[in-house]
Amino acid sequence: MYTQRTNNMVMCGILTALAMIFSYVESIIPIPIPIPGVKLGVANIAIVAVLYAIGSAQAVVVNVLRIFLTAMLFGNLNSFLFSMAGGMLSIFGMILLKKMKGFSMIGVSVAGGVLHNIGQILAAVWIMGSSAIAYYLPVLLIAGVLTGIVIGIVAGLVLQRIRGRQR
Amino acid sequence: MKKKDIYLIGGIVIAAVIFFMIVHFVIQKDGAVAVIRVDGKIMKELSLSKNTTVTVAGYEGGENIVVVEQGAVYMQEADCPDKICVHTGKISKVGETIVCLPHRVVVEIRKGMCGAVENQVDSVVR
Repeated sequence: MYTQRTNNMVMCGILTALAMIFSYVESIIPIPIPIPGVKLGVANIAIVAVLYAIGSAQAVVVNVLRIFLTAMLFGNLNSFLFSMAGGMLSIFGMILLKKMKGFSMIGVSVAGGVLHNIGQILAAVWIMGSSAIAYYLPVLLIAGVLTGIVIGIVAGLVLQRIRGRQR
Repeated sequence: MKKKDIYLIGGIVIAAVIFFMIVHFVIQKDGAVAVIRVDGKIMKELSLSKNTTVTVAGYEGGENIVVVEQGAVYMQEADCPDKICVHTGKISKVGETIVCLPHRVVVEIRKGMCGAVENQVDSVVR
């Protein structure tokens, strides 16, 4: 009982750190697409891993921590609002999809990626008061699908390693 | 990858295509104003309802001749090396742009006259 709790706590800590590193690495890689909001979403690897290895509540906590810490260390208020909008929509969508039967990690991760981009667009529309930004939505949907597939596969690999350690 | 995953992905892709078509064919309306920016700063705002020809001085020299004709804008002449702006042709829909990178000149179509504030936000985002 206690070992399990300790184990989960440590794993959450490690994966939060991993998510932060991913966020940071991502922020220093320039993406050659001139559209605000297009991101690789690498940090989602850690979030999906927590979601499957530990649980929904922990995944929300790790995601919120990741967003707060990354914004405080490397970002500003604007980037915080954008990640928060995207991150929250994405995590709750993923939890919902995981609860529904029949989706694999790839489907869950695709939903997460797409919702993350939708959240960012909504935040952008709200902050700038211009709905013209929504014109980027189709591109962001496709980008979310592509990155979501890749991230789902990688998260599956991470999960295998985590489970291997827990045994 | 399970069956439902593929349905989900397919659904999103179809939604994206439909949305793209709506934006492209339905929402995008004819603009009313051409905003000319040099190095991010608004130099001129031209109404599309009036035919005019304007010469714009580029950043660190150079000249671009912008023509407004029957509700559309085009770059008639530019002394930049690549002439991409001239080849862009006529634009008239909201959101369309002509860009002359060497002279840092951007012509953008807008719905109406815009304040400088909105522009600052735009240039930060890009």
